[in-house]
Amino acid sequence: MSLLTGVGARPVSAPDKRPDDSRSRRRWLPYLLLLPGGAWLILFFIVPTLQLGATSLYDPTGSVTTGYAMTWEFGNYPDAIAYAGPQILRSFAYAAIATVIGILIGYPLAYAIAQKAGRWKNVLLVCVVAPMFTSFLVRTLAWKTILSDNGALVGFLRDVGILGADGRLLATPIAVVLGLTYNFLPFLVLPLYASLERLDTRLLEASGDLYASPTRTFVKVTLPLSMPGLVAGTLLFFIPAVGDYINAALLGNTNTSMVGNVVNSAFLSRQEPPQGAALSFLLMAIILAIVFTYVRRAGTDEVV
Amino acid sequence: MHRIRRWVADHWVLAIGLMVLLYLFLPIAVVAGLSFNRPSSRLSYDFNEFTTENWTNLCGPADLCAAVGRSAWIGLLATVAATMLGTLMAFALARHRFRGRAATNLLIFLPMATPELVMGTSLLALFTSAGLQLGFVTILIAHIMFCVSFVVVTVKARLAGMDARLEEAAMDLYATPAQTFRRVTLPLVLPGIVAAALLAFSLSFDDFIITNFNSGNTVTFPMYVWGANQRGIPPQVNVVGTAMFAVALLLVLATNVRGRRRGARVA
Amino acid sequence: MTNPSEAGDLRLSHVTKRFGPFTAVDDLSLTVPQGSFFALLGASGCGKTTTLRMVAGLEEPTTGEVRLGDRDITRLRPYQRPVNTVFQSYALFPHLDVFENVAFGLRRRKIREVRSQVERMLALVQLDGFTKRRPAELSGGQQQRVALARALINHPQVLLLDEPLGALDLKLRRQMQIELKRIQTEVGITFVHVTHDQEEAMTMADTVAVMSAGKIEQLGRPAEIYEYPATAFVANFLGQSNLLAGEAAGQSGGDVLVSAYDQRFAVPAPRARADRGEVFLGVRPEKLGLVAGEADVPAGHQSVRGVITDSSYVGVSTQYLVRTGWGTELAVFAPNSGAAAPLAVGSEVTAHWSPEHAFVLHREPGEGDRTTPVLDTPDAVGVVS
Repeated sequence: MSLLTGVGARPVSAPDKRPDDSRSRRRWLPYLLLLPGGAWLILFFIVPTLQLGATSLYDPTGSVTTGYAMTWEFGNYPDAIAYAGPQILRSFAYAAIATVIGILIGYPLAYAIAQKAGRWKNVLLVCVVAPMFTSFLVRTLAWKTILSDNGALVGFLRDVGILGADGRLLATPIAVVLGLTYNFLPFLVLPLYASLERLDTRLLEASGDLYASPTRTFVKVTLPLSMPGLVAGTLLFFIPAVGDYINAALLGNTNTSMVGNVVNSAFLSRQEPPQGAALSFLLMAIILAIVFTYVRRAGTDEVV
Repeated sequence: MHRIRRWVADHWVLAIGLMVLLYLFLPIAVVAGLSFNRPSSRLSYDFNEFTTENWTNLCGPADLCAAVGRSAWIGLLATVAATMLGTLMAFALARHRFRGRAATNLLIFLPMATPELVMGTSLLALFTSAGLQLGFVTILIAHIMFCVSFVVVTVKARLAGMDARLEEAAMDLYATPAQTFRRVTLPLVLPGIVAAALLAFSLSFDDFIITNFNSGNTVTFPMYVWGANQRGIPPQVNVVGTAMFAVALLLVLATNVRGRRRGARVA
Repeated sequence: MTNPSEAGDLRLSHVTKRFGPFTAVDDLSLTVPQGSFFALLGASGCGKTTTLRMVAGLEEPTTGEVRLGDRDITRLRPYQRPVNTVFQSYALFPHLDVFENVAFGLRRRKIREVRSQVERMLALVQLDGFTKRRPAELSGGQQQRVALARALINHPQVLLLDEPLGALDLKLRRQMQIELKRIQTEVGITFVHVTHDQEEAMTMADTVAVMSAGKIEQLGRPAEIYEYPATAFVANFLGQSNLLAGEAAGQSGGDVLVSAYDQRFAVPAPRARADRGEVFLGVRPEKLGLVAGEADVPAGHQSVRGVITDSSYVGVSTQYLVRTGWGTELAVFAPNSGAAAPLAVGSEVTAHWSPEHAFVLHREPGEGDRTTPVLDTPDAVGVVS
């Protein structure tokens, strides 16, 4: 035995007890590790979502002072849709348009960084994320300056005749969509970059070698292979865009308000929580439906 | 002529990419510029006159510095809590097989796929029905909740990229499980944990939508900006925005340079 | 350090390891004498790495026992046994420099004076002066040496090597084979070496165990196994063999008589694994000679007739395929000694061999001739599952 202690392995007093001990500990360990975080998510994500559903069925005639009674008021939903129909449609329309623009400008950016940037790759990547370092509200307000009626941009567009003499950008749908595109673009570019970066350039060369034109190579090779990134990116872009109301509030006017603005006012100023909850719950249901059909159609479960 | 066409074919994607980057940086430049502006009136957003007064007199506008401080505090506390909770979960998911794995993954994924609007209103519905006073504590609860998922994903990615044989090698070289964790696992995962913490802090510090529903009368920095928008934004807000940008950029560059210096010796 | 009277042999008795429904190691018993260089040779998925991991303590046997000398180590954790491992692709700690990597085991055992030991160890593997480098700054061969030093410095009773040379290019691999052999002789520690490379196993090991499907097919000195394989699998996994399906009809005058394809052959009884029933008659390709006609066959040799269908010149030898009358193609390696002129494809020839070079193996009923080598697939996956 003296040799064994000499060469290292410390003598073990009760070698027979250990494995069973550690094996049962191993079985419980993962649950122990999950407990605090999981409990937090259940308590402050799952339970509140259920409460939101409950609130959406409260009697709408109640008030903050008298309290609300649960009357399973399913009529809250048609009422809320009737009240906020245009805003709901606008939310999805603006978010969809912004997503399309985002793909059109985000794809070349992601592709350029992944395949064309060489040793500047990391620098450019930081550049994509860097604008997010500033406060969301502050950079959105900066657009207010850029798009303002006395600003250089509007002046130029008026001079070349794209805008009328008193045409403006601020307080128009254009400004809102532009703001949405701007604020969520990095969420689209990063996952797209990740899948384009993994793309083996030899595949593109092979495609070219097999008589595919650059366009066909893109459609037949690059695009399908970047699909997981594109799916993840569009979802990460679209979801916050639909629920956003900051851009509509800061860059738009009352005719550009989105569903978030209505929910916001229902809870915080008009004091109609059941209506706000109904709209919010509806929004979540629609988005989940879109996410799951989209993910399935795109044939990638990677994002979930 | 042929050579020019070739060059264009090779570089047009890069050119578009750089233009998109310009679009991304335009507002940052405006924010930095406006931080040196003396506005002509309270509600004006246009550049008027150069001054450094906003930088020297940062706490001039009532409540601005208090709001920044409050955001920093909430950010710090939320980061510490979310990083701990999330790291533990990441270890469970990356290192153990257990029943309920898929459900756990879904539980972590959902908060990231849910619009902030829904999470904000849900929490508000819960807090009011539970009769909880809205304020610092409710904001903190909410921030920890939405940061946890991002921490899990970041740390898990780092753990997944780590060779499990390194831990086996440590055990083979007489390290007990505790020593293996302390000497091998932790040092190797630490960059991931630090990245997750930075992400959590920036998410918390910058959050508006969820905070707006659950803050009561507590004013964080984004809440301050939102409120000031109605009354006229003091230019100091742009100073804060510029400073945030500069600090974050320096942090990223610092870690990058450190990584590069380490990498340079390889060559 | 190791003292024969105190330490001892590594013994595995009736070890089985199952992963769910899959049996990776099947009732394996094995003794590795102390101080020997032992190789576990097999294709990927044969259970050799799992066996190694059970000795290291990284896997627990489902049933069976692992003993080191008179000590049962079956259920000891990896850090509790005097066994160290050189991992496949090395698993060097990327956040520690060479010195700290090598000192890791000593420090965990709270040994204070590490500097002189580490330096001596690095000198042994010829890496003095690299102490401050990180693993990423080393070449593959240097990383391999660090991994070796990191394990050896602990003076384990058994050193396990899991495909230690797999990540190196051919030339470096040959160099390291010699180096490993030198170090093993120098330190006198038991080496257990897992590999899929038969040449590597034969060059380095005193004893080779050929594994297949969780079992040991044959165990012995490299020359023994090569010259007289125990099974058809071994005959074609270790080198290449021509195995002809035949029937044995018992012994006569010290020979086993085998009839195949209407011909009769005799093989000395000590070279027959079976003397009755379905058998393979085996001859290694380099043991076959080619002559133009039956008249030229040397006295005492046995032969079959055929036509050359392919000839490949590979430098040291010319490799022919000879199609026999019943359609099987025999491999024949003719040494490039300059003694005979090359034979053209299409020539009629007679392939002959001395009965001393043939061997008889057991054959499953219905199995036909086997003359092509088993494909040697590199063991790319670290953990055989």
